[in-house]
Amino acid sequence: MSNLVEIRDLHFRYDARPILSGLRMDFERGKVIAVMGGSGSGKTTILRLIGGQLLPQAGSVDVDGQTVNKLDARGMYALRRRMGMLFQHGALFTDLTVFENVAFPLREHTSLPEELIRSLVLMKLQAVGLRNAASLKPAEISGGMARRVALARAVALDPELIMYDEPFAGLDPISMGVTANLIRRLNDALGSTSILVSHDVNESFAIADYVYFLSQGAVVAAGTPREMMASSDPYVKQFVHAEADGPVPFHYPGKSLADDLGLGARA
Amino acid sequence: MQQKSIDLWVGLFVLLGAAALLFLALKVGNMSSLSFQKTYPVTATFDNIGGLKPRAPVKSAGVVVGRVGDIRFDDKTFQALVTLDLDSEYKFPKDSSAKILTSGLLGEQYLGLDAGGDTRNLGSGDKITMTQSAIVLENLIGQFLYSKAAEGREGNN
Amino acid sequence: MISRLLSAVGYATRGTLVNLGYAARSFVTVLRASGAVLRRPRLVTDQIHFIGNYSLVIIAVSGLFVGFVLGLQGYYTLNKYGSEQALGLLVALSLTRELGPVVTALLFAGRAGTSLTAEIGLMKAGEQLAAMEMMAVDPVRRVVVPRFWAGVIAMPLLAAIFSALGVFGGYIVGVQLIGVDEGAFWSQMQAGVDVWQDIANGVIKSVVFGFAVTFVAVFQGYEASPTPEGVARATTRTVVIASLGVLGLDFLLTALMFH
Repeated sequence: MSNLVEIRDLHFRYDARPILSGLRMDFERGKVIAVMGGSGSGKTTILRLIGGQLLPQAGSVDVDGQTVNKLDARGMYALRRRMGMLFQHGALFTDLTVFENVAFPLREHTSLPEELIRSLVLMKLQAVGLRNAASLKPAEISGGMARRVALARAVALDPELIMYDEPFAGLDPISMGVTANLIRRLNDALGSTSILVSHDVNESFAIADYVYFLSQGAVVAAGTPREMMASSDPYVKQFVHAEADGPVPFHYPGKSLADDLGLGARA
Repeated sequence: MQQKSIDLWVGLFVLLGAAALLFLALKVGNMSSLSFQKTYPVTATFDNIGGLKPRAPVKSAGVVVGRVGDIRFDDKTFQALVTLDLDSEYKFPKDSSAKILTSGLLGEQYLGLDAGGDTRNLGSGDKITMTQSAIVLENLIGQFLYSKAAEGREGNN
Repeated sequence: MISRLLSAVGYATRGTLVNLGYAARSFVTVLRASGAVLRRPRLVTDQIHFIGNYSLVIIAVSGLFVGFVLGLQGYYTLNKYGSEQALGLLVALSLTRELGPVVTALLFAGRAGTSLTAEIGLMKAGEQLAAMEMMAVDPVRRVVVPRFWAGVIAMPLLAAIFSALGVFGGYIVGVQLIGVDEGAFWSQMQAGVDVWQDIANGVIKSVVFGFAVTFVAVFQGYEASPTPEGVARATTRTVVIASLGVLGLDFLLTALMFH
């Protein structure tokens, strides 16, 4: 089984702040891989680097053998047509209906006749359970439903790589379960590779084949969900068992309480 | 479908705008300057053209018969060389005279053409020999003061 | 103290120049991406509807009322010199040369400019532009360029409607209400208003204003900070910069055209 995406020795800085350092990751074809970690660990940045929205200072990101950061504009657009991305809050086009949102990539990149587009769009909406909401506007549906429409739009062109940026954030338990289910089923049905960035342990572990844990821009642990549950690595343990304090401290770093209250300053 | 109604409204909007432009051009504006009639050039020299500008009207008997084209300075004769673009449908005798007149008391200056009696007509490139320059206010005042002073001296003698 | 002041001024100047250069470059980018519009004219006509048609009411009503006021004020002033016959000329020249293009541009900046800025800014804030990019659709081609050309097309049409209705308004007040001679009203106007000098120059002005105002609006929206405050600041900047730009360009163009 070869890798669809390979990240090698990736360094990324935002102005002066280092976000990722010396990153190495493999994403196998046909699998669902979860990238997890605390806020600010650089997870979303990885997705943007794979999609070519950001360029690294050093290192390489290879998708299907092509180095993303070396592609020209045309190569980039050709590659993006094979990818689908689900943004954190859906990012639906608010001036278009649900139907038109899902039809958008089809209309932009293919010259299929309208009847065929209509059939394809309705099938995608059927897959996410929202076929009867086709004529509604994004403002008229709930957040969870908007997320599902965005999912349908992301898979409209049957992409080989689907990326999910915090797909479970802010959803109720039912919607979360539905979304997780869809991610897994769509991945298997399309034979694609899915990269899932999330900090929801339960849902992600339920559907992922492989998990990467990130902290402060580097991989601290990697393995199958079962291996992660049983891991004795303090960071993984704190995350997986939702412990309040551990390698990720509870207190914002700085002065000690004694110093702040003026105790023990003078001897 | 929604698309057709949007196209309809946009079409109406463009039509309205075009109609407004047409209204401005025809009803508000000066129609004669729109006419692309054929003209033939005729030159005339003046000692002083006053405030005459290119595109000022050339009138004969009060009717606009052409427009002032080019205005140049001849540095050999030290006179102003004015080119008149006369409408091809009007012919003037060779001995016609050109005067620079003012419309109203303080209005814009235009060129007045008085027809002569010659049997031959002005052709393209011909020159009008009899010209009268514009009346410049300062010269008029100077003349007035001078003649007043002369009267005064005569009266004293 | 002085050195700190100087360095602050120098820093601000450099910053302004950098921004200006970036804006100029963006303008060229938008023009170069405009070829896409020819393949999808529907996008432009949709935007003309949102920008032009929805501005029609305010422009038309404003034009009419400005015409009313010109008729009234013009009559009072001309009457003092016994020249009330020239009312038609006064109203028409004021409108076609200056008020039509300038007032329309200012109203346009306020109404259509701010909604363009807010729309694009909010699309940016909602990650819609990033989503488009990820779907291999250039957001500049798809979102910015159609709106830009729609503004350029709509502006001269709106200015013409403003001027035409203004002349009509002046006619209503001057001839119908006050009693200026109808024949004199129109004939003096037609004798004095030159199609090329006055009307065409006015149209050229409104086209230039269309370029300026619409570009400022889409640029501010595209560069807005993707937060509520960012969008609010961007819409304010659109109105301020576009209005000042229009007045500045008006001075420049008037000096070039009418001398």
